[in-house]
Amino acid sequence: MEKRVVITGIGLYSCIGENKVEVLDSLRVGRSGIIYDTPRKEFGYRSCLTGMVKDPDLKPFLSRRERIGMHQPAMYAYMSTREALEQAKLDVDFLDKNETGIIFGNDSTAGAVIETIDKVRERKDTTLIGSGDIFQNMNCTVNMNLSTIYKLKGINLTLSAACASGSHAIGMGYLLIKQGLQERVICGGAQEINQYAMGSFDGLGAFSIRQDEPTKASRPFDKDRDGLVPSGGAATVIIESLESALRRGAPILGEIVGYGFSSNGDHISNPNFDGQYRSLNMAIKQANIDPKVVDYVNAHATSTPIGDSMEAQAIFGVFGSEVAVSSTKSMTGHECWMAGASEIAYSLLMMENDFIAPNINFENPDEDSKKINIISEMKEQKIDCFLSNSFGFGGTNSSLIIKKYNK
Amino acid sequence: MNRDQIIETTKRFLSEEFEVSTDVIIPENNLQQTLDLDSLDYVDLVVVIEENFGFKPTADDFKTVATFEDFYQLVEQKLAELA
Repeated sequence: MEKRVVITGIGLYSCIGENKVEVLDSLRVGRSGIIYDTPRKEFGYRSCLTGMVKDPDLKPFLSRRERIGMHQPAMYAYMSTREALEQAKLDVDFLDKNETGIIFGNDSTAGAVIETIDKVRERKDTTLIGSGDIFQNMNCTVNMNLSTIYKLKGINLTLSAACASGSHAIGMGYLLIKQGLQERVICGGAQEINQYAMGSFDGLGAFSIRQDEPTKASRPFDKDRDGLVPSGGAATVIIESLESALRRGAPILGEIVGYGFSSNGDHISNPNFDGQYRSLNMAIKQANIDPKVVDYVNAHATSTPIGDSMEAQAIFGVFGSEVAVSSTKSMTGHECWMAGASEIAYSLLMMENDFIAPNINFENPDEDSKKINIISEMKEQKIDCFLSNSFGFGGTNSSLIIKKYNK
Repeated sequence: MNRDQIIETTKRFLSEEFEVSTDVIIPENNLQQTLDLDSLDYVDLVVVIEENFGFKPTADDFKTVATFEDFYQLVEQKLAELA
């Protein structure tokens, strides 16, 4: 028999807040986390805009050995996971004794790799790199570090699916629990913020160059959008079987009812309508709901001209023009590998607090965005069911549907 | 570098790298136990020794080191060889 899968904890380390309380406030007031990062200019960036989080000081929480294998993705993910576990009423002692998995989305460790290679180039001796770098360099860095720190005994894998990594991580965890193969899985996504990570992306000319107005640069669906703004941090979403959550007396923040996915099988960077449409419809079908039941769509929309248009068409095609839509990337920028997980967390905060966060900077619609209901000012509204989209390079698409928990 | 300088330097970089108090870095204490070294930590120990004393101890060198006193003797010997 298939299990019901619920969410019992979320944690955030984001450019709009280093914890849920700060993030909630930003979502309500429509606060942007985008800045102009001057060092990127000298480095050779076309656009110096980015979301920014600071490297957290983990010394109060972790031993030297626990910290030494961490660079930004793992450091950020530790912070978000720490917060999520606390909400889910999980601690190391419980995790050590009760099988729990971890599936985290991550798709780069550029900063760590480059720092390591710089050491070797300077010293010409690999034995002088030190013991921590290998665990920082590997793409599974978040999993290696967190599974060790928290003594996790279940599924342990990293999910790399470009900007849909975090969403697929939750989707895959959902499937494992639904099938009874895991009781609970720590899911999430992490995205490094350093100038090494995004240079090649910037080189494609995909980033906004509205550098004189950083907080206005990310403007998904707006007619005058000119590209995305990179960002990062980490988000953790703890999911488990309903039985486990009830047994433990954990808070139930929502129930995952649908996971749709697809591949475009087309261009490596250009999105297409068909892939997104199929992902959305698969999620609706899996959830076995009428699209009208969905109160809110947290759009993937990154503020690129073509991507937002395709998504607006897909949303219109599936839901028509009534469902409330916003892209929280208007505030956060594009959190890439983290985005699929953070946007579930942002939406859960909205669902819990009965509001829809604004798609800031949406001033004028274009031909496609005028067909859908984009919320440009914070709106008090009850949300019983929402859908979150994530799409990535290589044409990977993921759509998750979450409902308020009802017995 | 004389013995006092070696001790002073050692206390500084080992306490910094392995996050222990300088008070426990005393000649008669066991180096591995005091610093709580596992196999990976020895990799880092080599790095900080090279950075601070300019030589890279081998696995065989470490076989002669039980206490900090043994370590100071090893450093003196290696520095003399380098001189």
